[in-house]
Amino acid sequence: MPIPDVRDKLSGAMNEVTIGATSEEGGSRSRTVTVGGETSFPMLAFEGQYPHPPAFALQITSAGVDDWHPEVKKHVADVAGDLGKWAAKCEEWGADLVCLDLSAALPDRGGRSAQECADDVKRVLGATGLPLMVWGTDDDDVDNNVLPKCTQVAVGENCLFGTAKEDNYRTLAASCLADNHKIIAEAPSDINLSKQLHILLRDVGVDLNDIVMHPTCGALGFGLVYIYTTIERGRIAALSGDVLMQQPVVVNLGKEVGRVKEAVAPDEDFPEWGRREVRAPLWESATALAYIESGAELLILRNPEALEQAKAAVEAMWPKASQSS
Amino acid sequence: MFVIGERINGMFTAVKRAVESRDKGPIQDLVRRQLAAGADALDVNVGPTKGKAVDNMLWLIEAVQEVTDAPICVDTPKFDVMTAALEAAENPTIVNSSKASADELEKYVPLAVQTGSQLVALTIDETGVPSDVDGRVAMGANIVTKAMEHGLAMTDLYIDPVILPVNVAPKQPAAVLGAISQLRLFSDPPPNFIIGLSNVSQNCKERSLLNSAYVAMCIGVGLNAAIMDALDKDLMNAAITAEVLLEKQLYCDDYIAAYLSSK
Repeated sequence: MPIPDVRDKLSGAMNEVTIGATSEEGGSRSRTVTVGGETSFPMLAFEGQYPHPPAFALQITSAGVDDWHPEVKKHVADVAGDLGKWAAKCEEWGADLVCLDLSAALPDRGGRSAQECADDVKRVLGATGLPLMVWGTDDDDVDNNVLPKCTQVAVGENCLFGTAKEDNYRTLAASCLADNHKIIAEAPSDINLSKQLHILLRDVGVDLNDIVMHPTCGALGFGLVYIYTTIERGRIAALSGDVLMQQPVVVNLGKEVGRVKEAVAPDEDFPEWGRREVRAPLWESATALAYIESGAELLILRNPEALEQAKAAVEAMWPKASQSS
Repeated sequence: MFVIGERINGMFTAVKRAVESRDKGPIQDLVRRQLAAGADALDVNVGPTKGKAVDNMLWLIEAVQEVTDAPICVDTPKFDVMTAALEAAENPTIVNSSKASADELEKYVPLAVQTGSQLVALTIDETGVPSDVDGRVAMGANIVTKAMEHGLAMTDLYIDPVILPVNVAPKQPAAVLGAISQLRLFSDPPPNFIIGLSNVSQNCKERSLLNSAYVAMCIGVGLNAAIMDALDKDLMNAAITAEVLLEKQLYCDDYIAAYLSSK
């Protein structure tokens, strides 16, 4: 009697989302990044196709790095004052994308105007050929004021802009539609809310294939487990055929890791934990890898050393095309 | 939930008239409306129309195929009409249906496999409709065995435990629920389970309500397909809601719109 085929027959697959546009496509990026397209749960090489490995972005900001923890600061300190230089350095460090954080637009972090933020976006686009992500401020009024000018100035570059939330999505949706960018839909640790938000976005004209999901993010030891199960449960719905959940997932983890004791405590406080210069990047790359195990396709880091470690691990473990049959 | 719209049936006056006068309009209108309401496939039954059943069936299939690629559930008791229809159809097809007797299964299962069709098999044989759970389970087991013998995948088989109207056969609704519950344990993966939902309320009052409550109960024990009135909004909502309650569809506030828009 033949051995039965126990592979899952899944009725859905993840969407593929491409960020960036080359000159043939109307932009000026030297390359584009595509994420998603998986046809099964993470890493099951015997069962699914995994056309694109996860992509990594490095976060840059014009809000200064005073509150960034020392093990990251030491790498970025001499470029942190110049967005252009910093963006170029990200490319050197091996990032697949740059993620420009617009916290500087917040009144208590620099109060940068819409025009100044748009100029920041332009500066970054001019300094690097990497595809660009632009991440807003969590303050709806600030975002609604600042992001439309930024999408406008980046028209043609097919960036990924964030974030749209259930109670504040229309402005960003309209801007991304007008200027042809991809959009991040944020729903804190709640797949039912994610699904609803995707419907709301679709109802205002956003294509479901142009959305990347952000379930918010906790670092390892600081809430990762909640987000991990959120991503997993969303993935089950997606692969069971729910087209409203087939959007790839982004996690903005670099800034979360800076809050974790295990990553930032000085050597003398916890000598049994080992040297912070090893701990800090390791905590960040381990967080990234845990999210990749859950299904996350796009990861935003701060520490270039962590980036290197995570990319090396992915290189070693991501299913190769020939493995599944 | 795999919804097979039941309205293209010659027992409905409008369909009978359209078939007899060869007017595609009303048929294609029913195709569009049922699909828009969330139907995944269309049952096609010539019913009590004048003229040759084969010709009427082929004409109906042609009318349907002109406006959709959706699967066609070929609904006829005549083997020759079935074979002609399966040959003529370009859309995916579902054979509706075979009984559970050995000689019917010997004809219909290979036919389904050869034509690449799915198959609906009823738990009825020469002795009629079983009065209880056990009778249905025994026939269901036979059907599953025969399907496996001929290489019909469980995912291409729909077992119909045959529901009868509650006003004349009050014990049958429960017996069907019991049969589905047991039969789904017979194989891994289990076959699909289907019923002709409107039969439960035939000649009853409150048809929509009876159908809605029953479809939810059936989904609860494992029903994943039904031949039903897709144009009954309350019924469709009940089926979609039952699936959400069993986590077969992910809840969100607009879950009904979400389900319908994904079709």
